[in-house]
Amino acid sequence: MTLETILFYALSFVSVGSALMMITRRSPVMSALYLILNFFALAGLYLTLHAQFIAVIQILVYAGAIMVLFLFVIMLLNLGDEKKLSEKMSYKKIIPAGLSFGLLMELLYIVSYAKSDLPLTHIERATEIGTVEYVGKALFTDFLFPFEVTSILLLAAIIGAVVLAKKKLD
Amino acid sequence: MGMEILVSTAKFLIVMTVILVSVIILVYLERRISAFIQNRTGPNRVGPYGLFQAIADVVKLLLKEDIVPKNAYKPVHDLAPIISIGAALSTFAVIPVGNTIELFGTTMKLMIADVNIGILYILSVTSIGVYGITLAGWSSNNKYSLLGGLRSSAQLISYELSMGLSIIGVLMISGTLRLDQIVQHQTMYIGGWLPNWNIFLQPVAFITFVVAAFAETNRLPFDLPEAEPELVGGYHTEYTGLKFGLFFLAEYANMITAAAVITTLFLGGWHLPYAENLGLSAFTLSLLQVLAFCAKVTVILLFFIVTRWTLPRFRYDQLMDIGWKVMLPLAIANVLVTGLILVL
Amino acid sequence: MNNYLTDFWQATPIVSLAIFALLTLIVDAAGKDKPVLSYWMSLIGIVVAAGFSVASLGASTPLFNTMLAQGGYSSYCNLIFLGSAFLCIVLSRNYLERLQYHRGEFYVLIILATVGMMLMAAALDLMIIFLGIELMSICLYVLAGFIRKKEKANESSLKYFLLGAFATGFLLYGIALIYGTAGTTNLALIGKSFPQLSHNSLFMIGAGMLIVAFSFKVAAVPFHMWAPDVYEGSPTTISAFMSTGAKAAAFAVFVSVFIRTFDIGGTKLSDVLAIIAAVSMIVGNVTAIAQNNLKRMLAYSSIAHAGYMLSGIAAGNIEGETGILFYLSAYVFMNIGAFGIISWMEQQDDKKLTFDDYAGLSSQHPAVAALMAIFMFSLAGIPPFAGFFGKYYVFLAAVKAGMTWLAIIGVLTSLISVYYYLRLVVLMYFRDGQASIEEKVSAPAMAAISCAALFLIVLGLYPSLVVDIAKGFFKI
Repeated sequence: MTLETILFYALSFVSVGSALMMITRRSPVMSALYLILNFFALAGLYLTLHAQFIAVIQILVYAGAIMVLFLFVIMLLNLGDEKKLSEKMSYKKIIPAGLSFGLLMELLYIVSYAKSDLPLTHIERATEIGTVEYVGKALFTDFLFPFEVTSILLLAAIIGAVVLAKKKLD
Repeated sequence: MGMEILVSTAKFLIVMTVILVSVIILVYLERRISAFIQNRTGPNRVGPYGLFQAIADVVKLLLKEDIVPKNAYKPVHDLAPIISIGAALSTFAVIPVGNTIELFGTTMKLMIADVNIGILYILSVTSIGVYGITLAGWSSNNKYSLLGGLRSSAQLISYELSMGLSIIGVLMISGTLRLDQIVQHQTMYIGGWLPNWNIFLQPVAFITFVVAAFAETNRLPFDLPEAEPELVGGYHTEYTGLKFGLFFLAEYANMITAAAVITTLFLGGWHLPYAENLGLSAFTLSLLQVLAFCAKVTVILLFFIVTRWTLPRFRYDQLMDIGWKVMLPLAIANVLVTGLILVL
Repeated sequence: MNNYLTDFWQATPIVSLAIFALLTLIVDAAGKDKPVLSYWMSLIGIVVAAGFSVASLGASTPLFNTMLAQGGYSSYCNLIFLGSAFLCIVLSRNYLERLQYHRGEFYVLIILATVGMMLMAAALDLMIIFLGIELMSICLYVLAGFIRKKEKANESSLKYFLLGAFATGFLLYGIALIYGTAGTTNLALIGKSFPQLSHNSLFMIGAGMLIVAFSFKVAAVPFHMWAPDVYEGSPTTISAFMSTGAKAAAFAVFVSVFIRTFDIGGTKLSDVLAIIAAVSMIVGNVTAIAQNNLKRMLAYSSIAHAGYMLSGIAAGNIEGETGILFYLSAYVFMNIGAFGIISWMEQQDDKKLTFDDYAGLSSQHPAVAALMAIFMFSLAGIPPFAGFFGKYYVFLAAVKAGMTWLAIIGVLTSLISVYYYLRLVVLMYFRDGQASIEEKVSAPAMAAISCAALFLIVLGLYPSLVVDIAKGFFKI
């Protein structure tokens, strides 16, 4: 086992584990913290793929900005009685839970069965692709149009947020 | 491979020691200068001129009982200072304190890690530091702490934006995210005499960055998170002993880091103007440059301290107004103007 | 290296509409308390974009490194979306003024949503599809909750947003799997290697996830749960927009991915779609009978219509494609018409939305009742209105693809649907009642609705007008 595979398994374990912890915690703050841990594990995975830029952006944007706001809102709301948030198992929930579990098993089966279906293309200069220079060039040439569309998408989201949240619509 | 790890570890240890020692000196300096400004004497009992006062403080903090409030959430309460200090110290990893140096027959760069996303690394580590404060505030289960934590996270997020945007101007000029190359770029001269420092090329970016740095380090006039009259101690109200010491340390370590980043980005880093023409040996030159770096950092730190004791605190709404309505547009305008000039 | 900047000059329909969205925003910000300015600006933008779409009908070179198609199919779809947006805006002005929520942002969001729809129809790359869907959906989430003080509006907005975000997750995961197996997000390249890829189970999971995401957007069973609540809670004109423009855009993507790229005729995917179509028709029509609220009835009817159109996609042949285009052209106008008239009748606090409120409408407002009757007949698929030919074409496609059973289900469920559509007509004409419209209907709104009705009749009498054009897009 090379260092890379060890890192891969360790980081994958952390990311899956933290994701599980995140959805099973009762306290929303703890869920958020586990999600942040998950982002770090993901960033680590990107690093093992030589995608430095994406890794740093993952931390800077998701862990550093978005999740801080999340925590902020959770703390402001101060959900208080956490026991109310937990739900009891009832027969109504058994059916969807069973269906979801079945779907998960199917997916796991297919994924493990389909391992050989993955094309083993080796991309040359793979280490270069993760750099800022490469990403920047790609964004402003081949992916110029999606890049511009994204700005419109963000504008729409800003307008939407203001429309819904502005205190007083004079 | 083995050698590299050894060198990196050595660099790491040296940098850590230097930071910790400078924090102690910094605390002493701050107390003396503030006393001078306020016409007091300041610490003068422990050692000559009170020089060992800071060390006595550290010993006191270490020996104090660690009290965790009854309703606090202990794991997070313990985690918060660790995050704070970790973020504060690890920023230094990518800052070049000097040019290359010849030692034991190998040339090495005077920085711990040379990554090609240097500056983004700094920004992301800074953004992680917010968690320390926010979580400390939340886990203490105390209204003052929570409010302090919330205020600080709002403040840090608001100023991170103008901080990031003000850096963009510098990046556009130097065309790289590597900090050592940004410094290299500043070693040239404009018109043969003026050092090509970014403070001359990007004065607006410099101002926005310094203001944002003040806000990021929670220094006056932006120290709302721990505004004593309103919030007792702010986020660390419920901390004592070692854990309080860690927050304290993190605060000053953050100051040093901020000063180092400002030096690197705007003041030419380790560049000592005209020194390269003096015909010194490579080794001496390198040492001089490291000293130049330290001198610049010290000047900025003194500036931090003097500012703290001369300006009153902003009100919270003023703080937010400055962040969003002044600094951010200013930083964006700076990017636009820089871009225009570069295109022309 | 190509200079893609010049491509912006060729993607005129989308670019001009996006620019007009910004202009509308600026006009709104500059002219305080004068949302009328935004209203006119947005209408001008739609007309300009429609003009560019017509002008570019003949173009066919892909733009931006084969990210975006122009001309032909996409231009035609643009016209459908723009028509839907135009009618929606014209109808909205009075409606919003009545509810005291007349604000310029409303129009900006509609225009931006339309930009998203146009991107979806013109997309040649999975990335653009994603961005288009998101742009459209985010605007719609907000528009659904535009009347902020109304509890039901908030509920509908939140419900739509949460479920929509979940559907987006499916879409992205599907795109990721497809990219992982095909090595590209470009539709043309994926289409080329589809014969091999269709034996790849991971690819098929990806395609299945796309079906889930798209089915959510068209509100097909079993991904339809949101539709009735959202349509009921949203502003009525927005329900009209969602059930027409958004649905048409989702079908445009469905066609371009599943028929034009994958060419699914006879594959397993086509069976999946056929089952979804059949269930949608049955559930939609049967549940619609039990509704007493007209908006909910139309929501279930729109689920049923999604089922009819999906049978065209399941067929996966040229008849299916042209049938869907024809169906969409007709459906957009009949559904907007029906919702538009409901928006005239509606009173504050969701009053006057039930069937009984329409009793005796013909004696008070004969013209309105006649228009409503036209829309109902067309929705039920009764000749000579356009709805009939829409159904005829998609069912014909299903039969040609060897899915006679699907066509039979379609015809039988259409018969069920006649009951609830005609129930409204019977109430309007043969019952005594006090149905009335309290405020005067504005002339532009009346003209718009009448045009929609006229269009349905013309299309019903001369279906070849559209079919011939549509067939031209799909010749290979």
